[in-house]
Amino acid sequence: MKRLLKAAIAGAALLMSAGAALADGELNIFNWGDYTSPEMIKKFEEKYKVKVTITDYDSNDTALAKVRAGGHGFDVVVPSANFVPIWIKEGLLLEARPDQMENFKNVDERWVNVDWDPGRRYTVPWQWGLTGIGVNKTVYSGDPNTSAIFLDPPPELQGKINVAPEMNDVMYAAIRYLGGKWCTDDKELLKKVHDKLKEAKPKWLAMDYSAYEKMAAREYSAVYYWNGAMLRARLKNAEVTFGFPKEGYPFFMDSVAILKDAKNVENAKLFMNFIMDPENAAMISNFAKYANGIKGSDKFMDKELQDAPEIHPTAEQVAAGEFMLPCAPEVNDIYTKIWTDVLK
Amino acid sequence: MSDAARIAEEARRADIRTRWWLTAPALFILFIAAVGPLFVVLLFSLMVKGDYGDVKYWQFSTDGWFSVFFERDIFDDTVGLAQAHMEILWRSVKLSLITTLLTLLVGFPTAYYISIQPPKKRDLLVFMITIPFWTNILIRTFAMQEVIRNEGVINTLLIWAGFIERPIQIMYTDWAIFFGMVYVYLPLMVLPLYASMEKIDFRLVEAGYDLYAGRFQVLRRVIIPLVKPGIVAGSILVFIPSLGAYVTPRVLGGGKNLMLGNLIDLQFGQGKNWPLGAALSITLLVIVTVALLVYVRNASRQGGGHGH
Repeated sequence: MKRLLKAAIAGAALLMSAGAALADGELNIFNWGDYTSPEMIKKFEEKYKVKVTITDYDSNDTALAKVRAGGHGFDVVVPSANFVPIWIKEGLLLEARPDQMENFKNVDERWVNVDWDPGRRYTVPWQWGLTGIGVNKTVYSGDPNTSAIFLDPPPELQGKINVAPEMNDVMYAAIRYLGGKWCTDDKELLKKVHDKLKEAKPKWLAMDYSAYEKMAAREYSAVYYWNGAMLRARLKNAEVTFGFPKEGYPFFMDSVAILKDAKNVENAKLFMNFIMDPENAAMISNFAKYANGIKGSDKFMDKELQDAPEIHPTAEQVAAGEFMLPCAPEVNDIYTKIWTDVLK
Repeated sequence: MSDAARIAEEARRADIRTRWWLTAPALFILFIAAVGPLFVVLLFSLMVKGDYGDVKYWQFSTDGWFSVFFERDIFDDTVGLAQAHMEILWRSVKLSLITTLLTLLVGFPTAYYISIQPPKKRDLLVFMITIPFWTNILIRTFAMQEVIRNEGVINTLLIWAGFIERPIQIMYTDWAIFFGMVYVYLPLMVLPLYASMEKIDFRLVEAGYDLYAGRFQVLRRVIIPLVKPGIVAGSILVFIPSLGAYVTPRVLGGGKNLMLGNLIDLQFGQGKNWPLGAALSITLLVIVTVALLVYVRNASRQGGGHGH
């Protein structure tokens, strides 16, 4: 009897220690490179005694392909708005119901009923931004709020323009510039888009991802690029100014989701709740310089972000933007063909 | 059959068997790591493309291959040659040929210079040629960017010396691409060239002079034929990786014009057309194989005629 008791106690102790180990646990985050605040991660690790591992990806397509292939070991992923429906449709995400979490009340109403995840049953906002125009105002003093900067460049900017090598963002700007709607398959309009891009390309210097450093270093005088990068460029070089193309520009939002085959679901849920806390969301923004979609996070942000025009568009500027949803495969094929022909 | 012959025959067989056993691990790895994945690529090229990347498994189609060479015009719906793909293919081949030629022009004198040094110095020089290999190609390419950009080393020096007033645009031109490619692939040309030059019996060169050959004639009639295997090997080592070059044209060339590598990347990324990407990859492989076969045939034909 005594022996049995001993065994039972030992067993219980073992179970308890195992339980403690689980709570300590791990969390594997799969996120875009150079995007996760180490400070925020450290705070999370200390608060919940969880060891966080971050793995980088460089495009939505890479992330999707890797997770789809299986055996990845990730718990949390941060896809862009236009990819979230694909992830959900392919059954890769866990319906984690963040809308029932404690900190959900902090999410800005604007980001609750979003097209890609109505009511936020799968995802919570991470950061959002847009593709717009960066201009060096000592070279060009006109209005930067137009896609004409790179589609019909003024003489002083010709040969000094960099355009992000992103098929969707560039096609989007060109289609809206010529008066069309995103995902249009109107051949006549697309012909014009094709011709416009072909005509504009010789006036560009490069199509590169290094616009932040090179705008600051005056290698480029104008870019079609992401607002957060241009904010960083302006902090380095005050000559850089940002414009929101009035003809139309694409918004993006990356959202945190839990994978269906995650091993550390509880920790992942803790993480979701954690980043909806304004103070923690502000840490994310301070690091990557994009807005985050959590109410009340502004006051915890660095001074230089609080009133940055790049991440605080006016209502009028917001109205010109739109979230780019994925086009039908047939339409995507046409866009790829146009893009290949422009870049051949 | 005499005993001696039988024993010799058995020994020969045993020898062949041992060789097979010794090569088995290498063959096994080659099969698993090279043939296996290639087979997967081939399968993917023959399947129906998935709606958002990937493929629809076990639904076969030749669409991927069809669109490597032909396309239905998006505007007037006629079927024609896939002009864009052909142009990109040709640009890659042209870039590789020019890179090969330039590395040969720069690499030949370098290798020759090294091979006529005393042995000790030779080793040091060969060692120095291999130093760039210690660094990742991406880092070397970015370092090259620091040299040629508008506020980089070359432009700053030229402005400081008063040769120019404003920086010359080198980055994002074809010059930048060639500059980068030659720098990156030069060791691959110099090393095989040096390997065959080292073996030259320089008495043959002297004999050439004794027979009243000029310097150019000695080069053309004596040295070049002797180092031909090195030239061919070096050219192939440079040509093949250049064909799939991805980083250098993208970073230094500014990425405005697609290379074959970038075109393949596009299909697996935003183009969401994996079968086409797989078919393009195999097309690239076939071009490389054909180049190699031509080389092997040439080399074996000459093998008998040479007497050394």
